[in-house]
Amino acid sequence: MQKTVLNQIHRNLGARMVPFGGWEMPIHYGSQIEEHHAVRRDAGMFDVCHMTVVDVRGREAKPFLRRLLANDVARLEKPGKALYSCMLNEEGGVIDDLITYHMDDTWYRVVVNAATTEKDLAWMEKRTAPFEVEVRPRRDLGMIAVQGPHAREKALPLLPEGLRDATAGLEPFHAATDGHWFVARTGYTGEDGFEIMLPEDEVADLWYRLLEREVRPCGLGARDTLRLEAGMNLYGSDMDETVSPLESGLGWTVDLRDGQRDFIGRRALEAQRAAGDLRRFTGLVLEGKGVLRNHLKLYDGGREVGEITSGGFSPTLGRAIALARVAADAGDDLAVEIRGRRLPVRRVKPPFVRHGKACIEL
Amino acid sequence: MSEIPDELKYTRSHEWVRDEGDGIVAVGITDHAQELLGDLVFVELPEVGTELSAGGECAVVESVKAASDVYSPLDGEVAEVNETLADSPEAINEAPYENWIFRMRPSDPSQLDELLDAEAYAKVVEEEE
Repeated sequence: MQKTVLNQIHRNLGARMVPFGGWEMPIHYGSQIEEHHAVRRDAGMFDVCHMTVVDVRGREAKPFLRRLLANDVARLEKPGKALYSCMLNEEGGVIDDLITYHMDDTWYRVVVNAATTEKDLAWMEKRTAPFEVEVRPRRDLGMIAVQGPHAREKALPLLPEGLRDATAGLEPFHAATDGHWFVARTGYTGEDGFEIMLPEDEVADLWYRLLEREVRPCGLGARDTLRLEAGMNLYGSDMDETVSPLESGLGWTVDLRDGQRDFIGRRALEAQRAAGDLRRFTGLVLEGKGVLRNHLKLYDGGREVGEITSGGFSPTLGRAIALARVAADAGDDLAVEIRGRRLPVRRVKPPFVRHGKACIEL
Repeated sequence: MSEIPDELKYTRSHEWVRDEGDGIVAVGITDHAQELLGDLVFVELPEVGTELSAGGECAVVESVKAASDVYSPLDGEVAEVNETLADSPEAINEAPYENWIFRMRPSDPSQLDELLDAEAYAKVVEEEE
C-alpha cells in the first residue's frame, strides 16, 4: 500500500484511513457530512498526492495529444487553459478521464487518476513512437486541492510571492506556474478553488499553513459526495473500459469537429452514434427516504431499464441522489429496487448542486 | 476508543440491549458500530408487532458510506419503534446509547443472560481493530 507524504499528518488529525486505488487515504476525519458542508460553505482541503501529474513535452506534443485524447487540445489557445477529456481504447471504451493543461504547444501537463496511473502511462508510452514527444510522470510533485467559496482567499497568501498575482487573476479552468509551483483554478467539488501542485517536500508545510487559516481537512468520503452533487463522473463507477463516453454523459467531451483528426476510439464512437439507441446517462433523485447505492436496478413499469452507476446521500439537499445509465426509451419517472422494494425515483439533469446552491427542484 | 457502558448487554453484531423492566428491552447500535459506519443518513425501522427471531434482520441503518443490517438480539415481538430517527438518524452518531432503534417484548427473557456483557463485548471490538 502506497502512502502520501501526508499519511502521518492525517493520522494525527484523527483520520480513518482506507485503501483506495493502491493508496492508503483518509476517508474522513470524524464527520464526512461536516467536511462536505465546510467545502460548500467555507473552505476545505484534500490530499490528492495519490493522483499522478504527467508532463507531455516535445515538438509534437500537440499532435500526440490530438491522437491520444477524445477531446481536442487544439481548442486550447491561451497558455494555462485546461481541458477535460477521456482517453479511449480502440473500441471506444474509457481508459481514464483526465485534465490536460496547455502551457505552450510543446508542454502539456496531464493529471490522471491514481488507480489507473500505471496502465495510463503504459498506454501513453506505447503510442509516443511516431511523435517527437516525451511522457514523463512527475512523481516528485504532490498535490493539494483547496475548495470552497473562501478557498482562494485563504490559499492566495500562502503561494510563492512571484506566483500570487498571476494566480489571483486566474480565470476558472486555467493554471499558472512559476516553474516550481503550479496552481490551477480547477477542482472536483462544484465549488471555486485551486488545485496546487508543488514539490513533495513542501506539501506538509502548505497543509499546516492552510490548517492555520482554518481550511478544513476533508477525506475521500466528502470528495465523493461533493463530486456526485456536482454531477461529475467517477472513473471506475460511472465509466470504465467497457463503456462509451457517449453512454456516460461525456458526449460533450468528444470533439468530432475536425474530420481530419483521427483520435484513438473515433471510429468506434462514430459507429455507435450511427447505430443509435445509445443508453442515456441521467441524474436521479429518490422521492422518499432512503439511500441510492451503486448497482441498484432501475425499472420503468415492470421493465428493467438500467442501473445506478454511482449513488449516495446528498448532504446539501438532504436527499438521496444518483447517476445512472438507462435505456434510450426509459421514461422520466422510474422505480429503484432497494432491498426487494420498488421506490419512485425521478430523472433530473445534473448537476444537483453548484456553488452551494441546489440546481434541481425537490 | 469507543464507549461501552457496563450496565448494558451486547451482541457480536454490535447491537446493545437495555432491560427496561416490565418485560421490555430497548435495542440500539453501539458506539463502535456508529463509528465504523460514519454519518448516518437513514434508518429503516421495523413495524410494531413484527415477530422477531434472535439473529434475524429487523432494521437497517444507512450511513453516507454503506447500508448495514440491525439484527434482533432476542426472540420476541417489536413493541415500539423510535420514530424520531426517521428525521434525525444522526442522533445515533451523537448519542448511540440514548437513541434506541426499537423496543421489543422478548418471548423468553432468560435469553438476555446469554448476551455479551460489557467486558466480553470489549474483547469483540478489540479483535476487530
